[in-house]
Amino acid sequence: MKQRVLVLYLSTSSLDDRVVGWSSYDGTGRTRPTTGDSDDPPYETGTDALRDGWRLFQASQLIPPYPGHEYDTSFLKHEFLFEKLE
Amino acid sequence: METTSHLLSSVLMARFAAQGFLRLDSVVPDDLNTVAREAMENGIPGVPYGTAVKEAFPDGSFARRLVDLPPVAGALRSLVGPDPTVDHIAVHVREPNEGSAQPLHGDAIIDTRRDAFDVQLMYYPHEVTRDMGGTLLVPGSHLRLTNETDTGRYQNLRGQIRLTCPPGTVLLLHHGIWHGGRRNDSAHRRYMFKIRFNPTTPQIRLWDTSDLDDPAVVAELSTTFPWYEQATGRLEIYNRVALWRALTDDDTFDIEYWATRVSNRPGRTA
Repeated sequence: MKQRVLVLYLSTSSLDDRVVGWSSYDGTGRTRPTTGDSDDPPYETGTDALRDGWRLFQASQLIPPYPGHEYDTSFLKHEFLFEKLE
Repeated sequence: METTSHLLSSVLMARFAAQGFLRLDSVVPDDLNTVAREAMENGIPGVPYGTAVKEAFPDGSFARRLVDLPPVAGALRSLVGPDPTVDHIAVHVREPNEGSAQPLHGDAIIDTRRDAFDVQLMYYPHEVTRDMGGTLLVPGSHLRLTNETDTGRYQNLRGQIRLTCPPGTVLLLHHGIWHGGRRNDSAHRRYMFKIRFNPTTPQIRLWDTSDLDDPAVVAELSTTFPWYEQATGRLEIYNRVALWRALTDDDTFDIEYWATRVSNRPGRTA
């Protein structure tokens, strides 16, 4: 059994919100996803991925900003990791 | 850099402040593109860190001719002032069918400057088509505080730019912008020449400010990008306000009251 991983970055912490970024890793070796290989997200929302059979196995925690750095921007906050096993 | 007649307008400076880059298509003439490509193929000696432009690039060299092109010289003067130093140069090559892309990254190391910035010039001497591994750019990512390839997990972001361009195209990038060389799926080598410039003068109103009050300035600075999260996108505007205040030396500038509101503490001084 091999794992395919889909990472979706959403506009808010809600799983049914809009996809703003995406990555995928293919343990089957059938595809070779990489940086900058598509302009169109595989799904419009996180729940669209669930409906297509992807299993959610991790979601970002909601962490308060560090004092003094409330206005800093850095990594994307709302990261959801999904898998399919084949 | 000899020419200052092509200074950027305030609208274009605001675009740079918002997007983190400017694009000059086909700004380099064909004869210089040919010379430059030959130089890249033959190898270009490095430049010691912090070298003045005139010392780094001798008269007549392709690099000197490149930075002396009026639109390039004017944009550089607007961004980093009259006498920037050359931080370093590099020839970047994406080999034919090489099979991998660079991870998304910012160059050098995390850089927290809010009132100064370096500019990276990227020059493409030949046409870059979709399958040639043109540079991936993420507009509006330059103020995110991340360190080099820590963003490597991000493969695609809505609104990203997968650069295709005609020969002789130049990009001018804020040092912090997320970017990467894409996988070259073609049978052709893809060349890019990079120069990083360090300012030596305060980066305050170095451009043509005659249009500073044009409403298009605020419109540019208010631009949001499809990959921004809803809440963090507001912080991007807040941070742009801080950058524009520094560039214009005007600590009253604001957009939609974002910065003014959260600093209003009547009667409090500490």
